[in-house]
Amino acid sequence: MSMPSSGLSAVPAVAAITRDGRGSRDTAQDARRARTMRGARGASLNAFGILIALLTLFPLFWMVSTAFKPSHEIYSLTPSLLPAHPTLGNFRSVISGQVSGIGSVWLFFRNSLAVTLATVLVASLLSLLASVAVARFRFRFRASFLVMLLIVQMIPAQALIIALFIDFERLDLLQNLLGLIIVYAAQALPVSIWMLRNFVATIPRELEEAAAIDGASGVKIFWRILFPLVMPGLVATSIFSFITAYNEFIVALTFLGQAHSTYTLPIYVTYFFGRGGAEWGPIMAASTMYTIPVVIFFLIVRRRLVGGLTAGAVKG
Amino acid sequence: MAETIEHQPAAPPASQPGRPGQRGYRSGARLGAFVRRYKLAPYLLLAPALAGIALVLLWPLVQVVIFSFQNYSLMQITGAAPTQWVGFANFTSTFADPEFWLSLRNTVLLAVVVVPATLIAGTIVGLLLNRLGKKMAAFVSTAALMAWATPPISAAVLFYWLVSPDGGIVDWTLSKLPHWLVGSTNWAQYNWTTTGAFQAYVVIAVLVVWQAFPFIAVSVLAGLKTVPAELLEAARVDGATSWRVFWKITYPLLKPIFLVLLLLSVIWDFNIFAQSYIITGFPGNQNEYNLSLYLYDKAFASLPPSYGLGGAIALIFALILLVITVGYVRTSVRQGALT
Repeated sequence: MSMPSSGLSAVPAVAAITRDGRGSRDTAQDARRARTMRGARGASLNAFGILIALLTLFPLFWMVSTAFKPSHEIYSLTPSLLPAHPTLGNFRSVISGQVSGIGSVWLFFRNSLAVTLATVLVASLLSLLASVAVARFRFRFRASFLVMLLIVQMIPAQALIIALFIDFERLDLLQNLLGLIIVYAAQALPVSIWMLRNFVATIPRELEEAAAIDGASGVKIFWRILFPLVMPGLVATSIFSFITAYNEFIVALTFLGQAHSTYTLPIYVTYFFGRGGAEWGPIMAASTMYTIPVVIFFLIVRRRLVGGLTAGAVKG
Repeated sequence: MAETIEHQPAAPPASQPGRPGQRGYRSGARLGAFVRRYKLAPYLLLAPALAGIALVLLWPLVQVVIFSFQNYSLMQITGAAPTQWVGFANFTSTFADPEFWLSLRNTVLLAVVVVPATLIAGTIVGLLLNRLGKKMAAFVSTAALMAWATPPISAAVLFYWLVSPDGGIVDWTLSKLPHWLVGSTNWAQYNWTTTGAFQAYVVIAVLVVWQAFPFIAVSVLAGLKTVPAELLEAARVDGATSWRVFWKITYPLLKPIFLVLLLLSVIWDFNIFAQSYIITGFPGNQNEYNLSLYLYDKAFASLPPSYGLGGAIALIFALILLVITVGYVRTSVRQGALT
């Protein structure tokens, strides 16, 4: 196996360097503390960090704050940072569906969740199979297949949307969630295969060979040996396809049309926004309910996210 | 076939008649032997994914190319009028349309501003994260992560509200600031989204940088962790400034990462759709279109919709991206991505 540079094997090396680096930096910091000039520098770095963090957080803070404000505070001539009289009214009207007029936010939440989870399942399974082929076998067109994936992942959905719309209309797959799942799963495949390939390649071939000698079938080797070992990789690609499907806009916008009951969250928020009337309280409440779950999700998976995506970015 | 089975170590040497499942196992082994003999395994594993990619990504691309040379529209879909080849008519009418050049200009200018801005902001934050204490770095990276996690549609609607002339916090803040700082424009109730393309794209640029710099920052940070701390420390002890350390040590070492990040940023910023859709209030202001919105308008929002025209624009769009992609692929291959 000539792939020491693959994603997973790089991770322990990076971790080791980080740990060493931290250690030497800590002693260096101790030395630094003795000198006040350096201390002042650390303080200004911290101040800069706080400034950046606050600037970055402000839009999200404002979204949540607006969502809890009663109408007269939202349009007040002197806006206040926090709601003076916090209210759940905006959330109530979003949940009852009376302001948007097309249904409760829970309906769209359910649609988004169904599409996202189905996409993750299908994309994970197909990309796992394909990545085994690419990482474990040498066959004709292997290199061309990999280059094809790189190019295909760059084709923007905008360029394909016309043909997709016509094809899926013929198949009667517009205005339902199945059509979205098919497109999203296929869109997630190129990157998922690229990412998983690195994970599969790091699993020692000897494990599989030993199992084969013991009489295990190919299918059994796949499920009992390869699958558990490649699980971290699957988690990374699942995160990727989850985010892609949860955020996707142009295909859902085009496919779902006026079928309000099939709207996913981004289309619901867009519809709500486009209705006019500037109901900013309820719109921000809807945005908050769309945003907060995925933000929490990011925070939970942050370690895998950074490792997986940078591996994906650097290695393609 | 029989010969192959004899060579299978997994096949039982003597059959045990009467055991349930025996038959299935044997035919399974025979199938396995067939797959092995013709080395079919990789193709079988590849088939489902390849079918998905071919049907949903490759075939539509071929269709778009075909449409771009036809008069394809609603009449042709229903069969009310025949589909005709029109040569390069769709392309010539696209190139003759000033709206196209306007949208191309908007797209390119946005990328020219946003790509360097994102890379610089992301690199600065990445360098900062590398030098902050543990708790402070966790705080800043959590904030950045939250901006990154925000779905584009949510972020776009949120920024629309921030700059809204009716109660938006940005106009209020600007109107309270002294004139020598923010100019003498009457900022109260200033309309960012419909006054002109420039104002709308200022909002879009800030929005895109806000969402994209965290990815650059964590990628740069991941790269920085591979730079030996001793190297940087030694340079600093020798009296090198941070500026010099970055350009003489960090940047050369991280150059491959920067190159990939640059190409990815260019591609992403050319593809912006959701954010510009919301901020420009599609299909309201045609002078605020970027290429994606222009394409979408021609294909779906115009009456009658012209899939041929949309296909021609999509092809031009895809070709521009292909040029960038080739750069990306070549970089990846040169970094040994195919091994």
